[in-house]
Amino acid sequence: MNAPDLIFDSVEVLADGEQVLGPVSMRLASVGITVIMGANGAGKSLFLTTAHGLVAPHRGRVIWNGIPADSSRKSRGFVFQNTPVLRRSVAGNVAFPLSARKMPAIEKATLVARALAEARLTSQAHQPAAALSGGELKRLALARAMVTDPAVILLDEPAANLDPATTKELEDSLRRISDAGTKVILSTHDIAQARRLAGDILFFDAGLLIEQASAAAFFANPISQAAQKYLKGEL
Amino acid sequence: METLQHAAELMTGRDSALMQIVGLSLYVSLTACFLAALIGIPLGAALAIWNFPLRSVLVVLSSSLMALPPVVVGLCVYLLLSRAGPLGDLGLLFTPGAMIIAQTILITPIILALTREAVLPLRRDYDALLLSVDAGPGLKLTTLIWDARYGVMTALLAGFGRALAEVGAVLIVGGNISGLTRVMTTTIALETSKGNLELALALGLVLLSIAIAVNASVHLLARLGRRYEVTR
Repeated sequence: MNAPDLIFDSVEVLADGEQVLGPVSMRLASVGITVIMGANGAGKSLFLTTAHGLVAPHRGRVIWNGIPADSSRKSRGFVFQNTPVLRRSVAGNVAFPLSARKMPAIEKATLVARALAEARLTSQAHQPAAALSGGELKRLALARAMVTDPAVILLDEPAANLDPATTKELEDSLRRISDAGTKVILSTHDIAQARRLAGDILFFDAGLLIEQASAAAFFANPISQAAQKYLKGEL
Repeated sequence: METLQHAAELMTGRDSALMQIVGLSLYVSLTACFLAALIGIPLGAALAIWNFPLRSVLVVLSSSLMALPPVVVGLCVYLLLSRAGPLGDLGLLFTPGAMIIAQTILITPIILALTREAVLPLRRDYDALLLSVDAGPGLKLTTLIWDARYGVMTALLAGFGRALAEVGAVLIVGGNISGLTRVMTTTIALETSKGNLELALALGLVLLSIAIAVNASVHLLARLGRRYEVTR
């Protein structure tokens, strides 16, 4: 699959006149699992939403494989931290991204059934999505983001508030997704999780990209003081 | 007591005059409700979703018009449709058509405002999600209306109830002509003043039972809708 490169070209995001992200310039390879690390408020979520084209940068450009982020959303899946749920059944939620594109109903039904089965939600397919537990909701969010077979999936703190068993299950799913050729980009504040999953790391501090390195290099020998302190767990 | 008994006999005996009145009432109010829904639901949802020029004016206007006195609507429609009026050539005055127009005007603001209120709370969750899957404006509108469907149906029932129970507008533009434009409420007003309490009471009971059925449906819809609400 021709999975796209991501390019941030001098990207800056302002909120109420204050610079909250950037300037960030970087290029991200199209394969493997990239983990966004950093303290709360470092700009992890903002980086992800800007990368997906949900937030328009005030300066600079975000380009996926030559196409601006805000005109290529359909080629990506996005998992929000708070898992917004449509007031529909579980199946209705998983099917929703497909309603934004034209394809035969039978094809849609097949894709939804497959996504539900992979998320082990088939037996709950017709329940209101609001009735699911926290772990099931995360599986629903992942199934909904993957139902379109995207080239890239972005996840904002996917393991927040999950117990260890559910977290392990999620991580296994992400590895499978990555192995199958989909680029995975996720943010986490869990250092152990980053060690387990990451092929490469983007480390943010105060809205700036401080380090970009392979996971091995980053954990063995972080260059910046901010990263060294963060990894040591200094408060 | 005897009057009540007669009224009950009228209701159960399928009295043809009574059936016709009830039928016309339902025809006029259901049609008005349908037409008001065509205008009020999309417009109400659009007011909840998008910022556009004059939006706040429309919001305030629709809320104020919810309390529109039926006689005033009746008067305005009368002036429009009367022979000397701008739409006088249509010859609609004192026909069920005129009554449908008046009730449509009366309840469109109700359906619009209540639809807007039903859609508004969904926006917080839906805006980001719809943007993330690149949903266009048409899909956004239909998605929000569909997912607020229990609230929207409540809006429809409120509009229907208001149309059915209203006297002033249909009385003025319909003229309360026997066998032609006589509906439940206008008949009750007329028959009561004539002392014909049996028919008035029978119609009153029919109205009351419809009102109870409508309210019970609203209740049921609200309960069904809550199953889909996220409470976390």
